[in-house]
Amino acid sequence: MVAIELLIGAIKALVILVLVLNLTGVLLWFERKGAALIQDRIGANRAAIFGVGKKLGMPNFGFINTLIADPVKLFTKEDFIPDGADRFVHGLAPFLALFPVIITFAVVPIGDVLTIGSRSITLQAAELNVAALYILAVLGVGVYGVALGGWASNNRWALLGGIRASAQMISYEIAMGLAIIAVVVVYGSLDLQEMCRAQGGVWFGWLPRWGILLQPVSFLLLLTSGMAESKRVPFDLPEGESELVAGYFTEYSGGKQAVFMMTDFAEVVLVATLITLFFFGGWQVPWLYADGFHFPGPHGASLHLPNLLVAILQIIAFWAKVVFFCCFQILIRWTLPRLRYDQLMQFGWKGLVPLALLNLLATAFVVVAMGAK
Amino acid sequence: MSLPLFAFFGALAVFSALGMIFQRNPVHALLSFALTLLDIGILFMGLGAVTVGFLQISIYVGAIMVLFLFVIWLLNLQSDPPLGGQLWLKFVGAIGASALAAELASLFVQGQSQIKSAPLPDDYGSLASLAKLLFSDYLVAFEVTSVLLLAAVVGAIGLARRIPASSSRPSNEEHENFRSAAG
Repeated sequence: MVAIELLIGAIKALVILVLVLNLTGVLLWFERKGAALIQDRIGANRAAIFGVGKKLGMPNFGFINTLIADPVKLFTKEDFIPDGADRFVHGLAPFLALFPVIITFAVVPIGDVLTIGSRSITLQAAELNVAALYILAVLGVGVYGVALGGWASNNRWALLGGIRASAQMISYEIAMGLAIIAVVVVYGSLDLQEMCRAQGGVWFGWLPRWGILLQPVSFLLLLTSGMAESKRVPFDLPEGESELVAGYFTEYSGGKQAVFMMTDFAEVVLVATLITLFFFGGWQVPWLYADGFHFPGPHGASLHLPNLLVAILQIIAFWAKVVFFCCFQILIRWTLPRLRYDQLMQFGWKGLVPLALLNLLATAFVVVAMGAK
Repeated sequence: MSLPLFAFFGALAVFSALGMIFQRNPVHALLSFALTLLDIGILFMGLGAVTVGFLQISIYVGAIMVLFLFVIWLLNLQSDPPLGGQLWLKFVGAIGASALAAELASLFVQGQSQIKSAPLPDDYGSLASLAKLLFSDYLVAFEVTSVLLLAAVVGAIGLARRIPASSSRPSNEEHENFRSAAG
C-alpha cells in the first residue's frame, strides 16, 4: 500500500514538473512569434527538416527553430567561465535561480479529486495546508541565484545587474506578499486547494464565484509585482541590455545561460499560475460541479458527467487559464517600454506597497464586519 | 521526522555552520550561513512547527541574508588573510571556546534526565495557534518589538542620509534641462 502511495506521489510530481518545464519551452516560441505578430514581422520561420512542411503546403511556424534548434545550439555551446570568476558559485547560481521557481509548483492544485476504484487522488503534488506561506518563502530564496550569478562573474556589469535584481525582487516581494495576504484573509485559509474549492458555485444564480470579483485590487497588485519579480520588460532593469550588456548573466554562455532564460519563463508561468489560483478559480470550470454541469437559467439544464471526465475538464481549464495569462504577460512585455530605476523604486515603494496595505486594511474591515471566521 | 532524516539534516546544519566559520571568503561564509538557516527551518518543520519553519526560511534566508549580501558588496569586503601571529588571541579564544563547549555538554548531560514528554495539542504548529498567541498573550511584546525595529530603521536612515550639498551635485531639474538640451 505504501508503495502505491509513493508511486502515485511520484507520478503526480512528475506530471506537474513535465507540464511546467514544457510550458516554459513552448513560451519561448510564443514569445518569439508573439513579438513578431505585434511588430508586424514574420518571426522565426527558417529551419525545416528537408522542407517537409513546404512540400505539403504548410506555412513554417518556426517550431523547429525555437523548440529544437535553439536549445540544441545553447546546450552544445562552449560553457565559458571568465578568468577570476568564483567557479563554484558561478556554476551554482543558475540552478539556485531555477530550483526555487520550479519547486513552487509542488503545492499547485491542478484539479480537484480524481477517484480511481476506491482510491481518491487529490490532483496536487504536495498537500500542504500552509501552501501560500510556502510559495512566499520559496520565492524569497529565489533572489540568491541572480544576485550570486552577478557577483560570481567578476564583471562590473554583471555585479550591477545582480544588485539591481536583488533590490528589485526584495522590494516587489513586499507588495506581492501583501496582495496574497489580502486573498488569504478573504478565504480564511492558506491552503490553495481550499481556496480553489471556495471559488466554486455561483452568485445570483449565474456568476461564477471567482476571486477577481472579491479582490480586484489584489489582482492588479499581484500581476504587477509578479511581472517585476520575473524581471521582464517593463521591469527588466537587471538585464537592461542598453545599459548593462546583459546584466547578471553577461558572463554566462551555453547551458547555464539557457537555465537563466528558462527561469524567466518559469517565473512567467508561476505568476500566471498564482493569478489563476487566487483570482480565476484555479481548476474551476464555470457551472461544473463534482457530478457534472448545472447550467444557470430558468430551466436549469444539467448534464451528468463521470468523475474522470470532470477531472480532465478541470485540468484542461486550469492550464488554459495559465496559458492565457502567460500570453497576457507576453503581450504586456512587448507593449510597454522599460522604466527608469528611480521610477521602478518609487512605483514599488510609494505606489504598490501603500496601495497593498490599504487594500489589506479594507479587506480586513469588511471581513470582520461581515462576521466571517 | 524519522531518525535518519533528522540525523541527515542535523549533520548538515552542523557542517554548514562550521563552514560559515572556516570560510575565508565572506560570500562563501554567507552562503554557508544561509544553508544553516534553511536547514534549521526544515528541522522546525520536522518537529511539527511547519509555520515557524516557513517563516524562518522566509525571513532569515529570504530577507535578512540578502541584506547581509548587500552589506558585503557595498563595503567591498575581500577574503580575510589567514590569521597570523597574535598567539595570545588564539590562546584566549581556545579557552573561551572550551569553556562554552564544557557548559553546553554539562547542560546536555543534566537535561537528559529532565526531559518529559507531553502530547502535542491538536492545532500545534498551525498558523492559527501561532497568531492567537502572538496577538493575545504576547501582544505587548510583539508590538513593542515592532516599534523598536521601526525606530531602528528610522534611525539608520537618519544616520545614513547625506545632507544634499546644493552645489556639488546637479539637481533633478538641471538633469532634465541637460537631457532636453542633449536630446
